[in-house]
Amino acid sequence: MITPAQTVGPYFSIGLPWPDGPDVVPAGTDGAVWLRGRVLDGEREPIPDALIETWQAGPDGRFDTPEFRGFGRCPTDDDGNWAIRTLKPGAAGGQAPHVAVSVFARGLLHHVVTRIYFADEAEANAADPVLTGLDEAARATLVAAREDDGYRFDVRLQGPDETAFFAI
Amino acid sequence: MSSHPPLDWPDYKSTRLRHPHHIRPLTLTETELTSPRLGDRLLGPHDHDLTAHGAAEPLGERIIVHGQVRDDGGRPVPETLVEVWQANSCGRYRHAGDQHPAPLDPNFEGVGRCLTDREGRYRFITIKPGAYPWGNHPNAWRPQHIHFSVFGRTLTQRLVTQMYFPGDPLFEYDPIFNAVRDPEARERMVCAFDLSTTKPDWALAYRFDIVLCGHDATPFE
Repeated sequence: MITPAQTVGPYFSIGLPWPDGPDVVPAGTDGAVWLRGRVLDGEREPIPDALIETWQAGPDGRFDTPEFRGFGRCPTDDDGNWAIRTLKPGAAGGQAPHVAVSVFARGLLHHVVTRIYFADEAEANAADPVLTGLDEAARATLVAAREDDGYRFDVRLQGPDETAFFAI
Repeated sequence: MSSHPPLDWPDYKSTRLRHPHHIRPLTLTETELTSPRLGDRLLGPHDHDLTAHGAAEPLGERIIVHGQVRDDGGRPVPETLVEVWQANSCGRYRHAGDQHPAPLDPNFEGVGRCLTDREGRYRFITIKPGAYPWGNHPNAWRPQHIHFSVFGRTLTQRLVTQMYFPGDPLFEYDPIFNAVRDPEARERMVCAFDLSTTKPDWALAYRFDIVLCGHDATPFE
């Protein structure tokens, strides 16, 4: 009989953000990339009080590498922006490289979970068991676009291009 | 009936534009069946004592809040990070967005963290938070509560919840508490007065056990 979830509410920023939360790897790390984007509501308005958490394998595809934290945490700013500095994950267990994303916010009674895939992994993405189980529109919401210093991934909680979320 | 609240819950107005309409099934993989090991994060010696973060003690009723984190098979969850945040004894958060006209307490931040021990146990010292008004509907007040965040051993066990106090008269009016539809599940968010842990001449104690889903539990929707 599990304990039910409740919303993080409007004031989690006094407690949950860490100074180094967005730094899955420190500044200056070889190969570091930024994952960044916005969190938007059903009217495409930015959500300024959301929290993004990421969890991923290291570049070697492993989740148990002690020197790689694998976990990032970033609150959104007034324009709904978040950003996490990390290393691109390697492929693991027959899946394309991906990052698990949890979204918390006022108005979310339970956090929601999605995945970031990478636009420059077209071949691996085409064979990924999670992506291939989705229709094309849903699949497109999970693929982050390449930018100069990383990848862009917007989270749309609602609407015609709602991000694909998963029950876990 | 699911223990967890639905994402679409009109009584809680902020859900209106923020609840996804589709939550898809996922065959769990190593990604969801692993979790960050945050046990080596630097915890300060007083991080579990929310009354020790100011120049003097905060005002309010000092309490001990303790419990055990388990999975739904009854197994303790050791060395997992537990984070809490809360309003002060007057019902005011140390947050720029909180405009409730109640005093801030210079000696109370309202933030704590600790790791569970080998038996999954945790213990905080804090003050009892006050109830406070919010804008959801006319004369809306939140019951007294402490926010809890727990990681667990797998991503599937990640939980953020709120701990309530026994017998709060605001329960029946609170749409967040009542978004949990199963009355028995609601009761699992209410701590128990714990005379045996009370420290005589110093502080009352409350026990709040937290049960995370097992690895093969039913998805939340």
